[in-house]
Amino acid sequence: MKYGYFPGCSLERNAAAYDKSARAVAEPLGMEFVEVEDWNCCGATEYISLNLLASYALSARNLAQAVRTDGLGELVAPCSACYLNLTKCDKSMRESPSLAAKVNEALAAGGLSYKPGSMRVRHLLDVIVNDIGFEALRAKVTRPLTGLKVAPFYGCFVARPGYVQFDDTEFPVTLDRLLQALGAEVVDFPLKAQCCGGHMTQISEGMGLEMIRRLVKTADDRGADLIVTICPMCQLNLDAFQGAMNRHFGLNLHVPVLYFTQMMGLAFGLDQAALGIGSELVSSRAALAAIGATPEGEAGGPPKRVKKDDKALPMPAPLVRA
Amino acid sequence: MTEKIGVYICHCGSNIAGTVDCPEVSRWAAEALKARGVVVARDYKFMCSSLGQELIEKDIKELGLTRVVVGACSPHLHEPTFRGACGRAGLNPYLCEMVSLREQVSWVHTDKAAATAKAKAVVSGGVERVIHHEPLESLRVPIHPATLIVGGGIAGIQAALEIADSGTPVYLVEREPSIGGHMAQFDKTFPTLDCSACILTPKMVTVGAHPNITMLTYAEVTNVDGFVGNFAVTIRQKPRYVKADLCNGCAVCEEKCPKKVVDEVFEAGLGYRKVIYRPFAQAVPKYPVIDRENCTFFLKGTCKACEKFCPTGAIDFEQKEEIITIQVGNIILATGFDLFDARRIPQFGLGRLPNVFSSLEFERLCNAAGPTNGRVVMRDGVTTPRAVGIVHCVGSRDKHYNNYCSSICCMQSLKFAHLVEERTGATVYNFYIDMRTPAKGYDEFYQRLLEEGVIFIRGRVAEVTDVPQRPEEEGRLVVQVEDTLIGQQRRIPLDMVILSAGLEPRHDAKQVAKMFGISCSADGWYIEKHPKLDPIATMTEGIYIAGVAQGPKDIPASVAQGAAAAARVIGRIQQKEIALEPVRASIDETRCSGCRICNNMCPFNAILYHADKAVSEVNPALCQGCGTCVAACPAGAISGTVFSDQQVLSQLEGLLLRNLQPATV
Amino acid sequence: MTSATAEASHPVTVEKKFMQQVMVNTPGETHLEMCIQCGSCGGSCPSAAEMDHTPRSLIALIRAGNFEEVLSSNTPWYCVSCYYCTVRCPQEIHITDVMYTLKRMAVHAGIKDPCAAPDFSKTFVSWVENYGRAFELGLMSMFRLRHDPLGVLRITDMAVGMVSKGRMDLAPKSIKGLKSLKAIIARAKALEVVA
Repeated sequence: MKYGYFPGCSLERNAAAYDKSARAVAEPLGMEFVEVEDWNCCGATEYISLNLLASYALSARNLAQAVRTDGLGELVAPCSACYLNLTKCDKSMRESPSLAAKVNEALAAGGLSYKPGSMRVRHLLDVIVNDIGFEALRAKVTRPLTGLKVAPFYGCFVARPGYVQFDDTEFPVTLDRLLQALGAEVVDFPLKAQCCGGHMTQISEGMGLEMIRRLVKTADDRGADLIVTICPMCQLNLDAFQGAMNRHFGLNLHVPVLYFTQMMGLAFGLDQAALGIGSELVSSRAALAAIGATPEGEAGGPPKRVKKDDKALPMPAPLVRA
Repeated sequence: MTEKIGVYICHCGSNIAGTVDCPEVSRWAAEALKARGVVVARDYKFMCSSLGQELIEKDIKELGLTRVVVGACSPHLHEPTFRGACGRAGLNPYLCEMVSLREQVSWVHTDKAAATAKAKAVVSGGVERVIHHEPLESLRVPIHPATLIVGGGIAGIQAALEIADSGTPVYLVEREPSIGGHMAQFDKTFPTLDCSACILTPKMVTVGAHPNITMLTYAEVTNVDGFVGNFAVTIRQKPRYVKADLCNGCAVCEEKCPKKVVDEVFEAGLGYRKVIYRPFAQAVPKYPVIDRENCTFFLKGTCKACEKFCPTGAIDFEQKEEIITIQVGNIILATGFDLFDARRIPQFGLGRLPNVFSSLEFERLCNAAGPTNGRVVMRDGVTTPRAVGIVHCVGSRDKHYNNYCSSICCMQSLKFAHLVEERTGATVYNFYIDMRTPAKGYDEFYQRLLEEGVIFIRGRVAEVTDVPQRPEEEGRLVVQVEDTLIGQQRRIPLDMVILSAGLEPRHDAKQVAKMFGISCSADGWYIEKHPKLDPIATMTEGIYIAGVAQGPKDIPASVAQGAAAAARVIGRIQQKEIALEPVRASIDETRCSGCRICNNMCPFNAILYHADKAVSEVNPALCQGCGTCVAACPAGAISGTVFSDQQVLSQLEGLLLRNLQPATV
Repeated sequence: MTSATAEASHPVTVEKKFMQQVMVNTPGETHLEMCIQCGSCGGSCPSAAEMDHTPRSLIALIRAGNFEEVLSSNTPWYCVSCYYCTVRCPQEIHITDVMYTLKRMAVHAGIKDPCAAPDFSKTFVSWVENYGRAFELGLMSMFRLRHDPLGVLRITDMAVGMVSKGRMDLAPKSIKGLKSLKAIIARAKALEVVA
């Protein structure tokens, strides 16, 4: 399967490991990525804070470039912020012809145009889960991640606001299932769709570090060996600022943060260097050494109910969504 | 032109006269429609008043009117009034035509000149139509004295008792093994805190013993045929695997049954029951049922412990389901509600966090006959909570779930708060958006709770979490909420959270409504005939509704509706026969091609198909005169009295003013 | 009654005018008049503690027509765009998008920055406008030096770590079509009308 590919500024540098690993796992899964030619920054959450139309024009230029580069109609963005901005632009243009006309008037200044709806923008997680599927993933696993306890972390934009909805807005599950398919043990991580803090470390350091603390501390409390993310901003905050956070709160947490594509690559038996493993500031070496180890305390199965001395009340079963 | 037509234009106070020049319409009708047979036209402030009606009656007698057109509100409201006036003056009531100058003219326009012109056209259409009316006689059918009540909750029980006490037979059909409904699950009722079982079970016992009531529990209605006065109802009696005539209700079988399962219905999933069971001790009838899906004998072919120990030999594994057909004259639907499934709001934690409870779970938890004998404890079954939060509006007032206010949750939450406080001494928090306590004694109860020291925080809960942010939150639940009265986000550490979930229409309400030929609102509640003046009747004659099935309400209101529906039915039965509107469709057999398109279109299942002759026929007693089939028939074989092609086309001619002399337009 | 006559008989008050301005400047359908002040937004907001008003309170201020207090509030600038408020709002108000609108309106009105966030956005945008791509090291160092010179020291080890791991460029990179991008942005800005 062939997709247009929008790496975005982060994947070019700070999240190069994400880019590297995404491209590395694409091949065994039969995916071909065609990078959008001469793409520009999506504007993150900053541009739209200052100029609405210019921020849409920025994203629309990318969509127009994508149509020109590829023409397949499907554009994959591994970065959640890029994904949100591109989908937001396309959606707003589809819903408002007058906005679309203005955006196109701006694009015309650069000799471009974009017809709303002509690019279907998707997050890399969506493509892997829904186009490739868990069965095909399982078939590629040569080195199951058994023994590894992971906290799946979705962050905001894949779950919310849900312009393209492929998972729950509060408790998404696709990444959990993907990691399970790779053989990892997924810990209960209730904060999995909460905010990593975004740019908070820059504009209100204490608040930003507090948001990071909650996430890293909870992952640690829940027994995770590492956190797995699907977004470069989340990775940057949780990984690069983990040291500053520890210093700020007098903590000594050490929870490495890797991309889900790196986990896939590991399970597929790819070389760690080819996946950019080692570029994280909080080293994952010790955590990854757990792969293959037998999980401690093989007690097996949930505790049995309906014992004479068991006074516990039964609990509602979790809701199974269709 | 041989007809003498009178035209009467109602001002409806300023409702019509505010936008339509009524005297001008009247003057115009007398003049312009003279050639069409109008001999008199009048306008009057309230045509529906006695004086207004007398105007019409007087003209009929003195001027010898043969047709009457009234331009006023809607036929829904006053057609019977004006037909009655005609009838009293000796004119066949069906020679009166009512046109709407209010709903279709004054209320929907603002331009007075244009509205007046439209009113004239509407009156002109009425005049052309009424010319083709024919005198009709209403159809009289006998009323079967028996009544079917569907649903054995408090509304259905009340209705059954009222009707049975009046001396006519009642069939009470209930899907569960016992009557009692949701009220049987509650411990206390607001605002008086009387014990729910203490006030409900005497009524249940009376129902069980009443000579005029036939209870069909563990049974469901599967088909309804017929019409008001003469319904034929098919009921599926599920096998109990217990012979009612032999069982003495000793409950030895329940005691000896070796298998327990979670009781998802009566115990709301919070407790267990045996596989042979009565939902609760005071169940009516007293006979248990065997839950076939979980019974070891049915699953594995061995066990039969119940049979071995039954002292009267009442167990019967061979029992089969029975199909029962009954005849009734009237039907009351009191099918109740389902509780909103709070697991649909995952951030509230039900099903994920053990100490989050649904409101029905809590009702069972604090019930003296419940799984903990009324001890308010946490999910471990042992620990008493020190701080409890009650979340209002769960699944209600929310565009993602239900838009409406479930109306009982504020009071239910206050009741919970009181019970928690009384039994555990815990600190209780109520998280509300708006407090709604608008009935007798309700706000006084709110005052009482304030006095008792319950804490009220105005804010819709954002989430319930077990992830601590501060040391005091470790190992506890935390409710995160904006305290909107101080404009600050707060995190309240708690041991237990109760979700006051809203009321929803039964999951199968739409199918049930379709079976009985009534409609549901967009929210799924049964639609009443009139939201204020006829909340217990439906648009289908002979079908009444009562209780929460009509819309969220509390016990007093459900009881009142049950009694009101019963009063209406009793009145009907006493009339012995009912006059049916003669507005009916009929099929011209010679033109019917037997295509059966009309069969499925009819919302009242009034059209029969005769396979032998390959033609369809309208059952006049079932037909409500809606006209759907008339419009649908591709062969034009169906016509409706009062809705003949000639009548409709003439009315159109009139509306287009093609009936006028060119000079008068 | 048609909307035209509704307006004629109910003149737009100062309060309503400001609320309508906010709604007009927000893409999509946003109905601030439907807010029931339940506080789902303020309860859900991860950065509520930093805000001078909760989002709910800000909506109340918008409806009161108190534009000065609204536009000088730090609330929109501390919004982290997590969209929890938006998906949880029982009235389906697009609160996050409203926060973006308020930021744009405040900048447009020339309101004094209530915190460092506006300058962060401006710095970020200037790199994008000049090169077509974001430049993290430049952004972080320039911004920090202006707002928290000592803070530069606190992140030095992080920056060194990032550079040594090859995760930070030392100089910005330009896109090829920069000229056309600049023309697009210039045209877009000229077309942008803030009501």
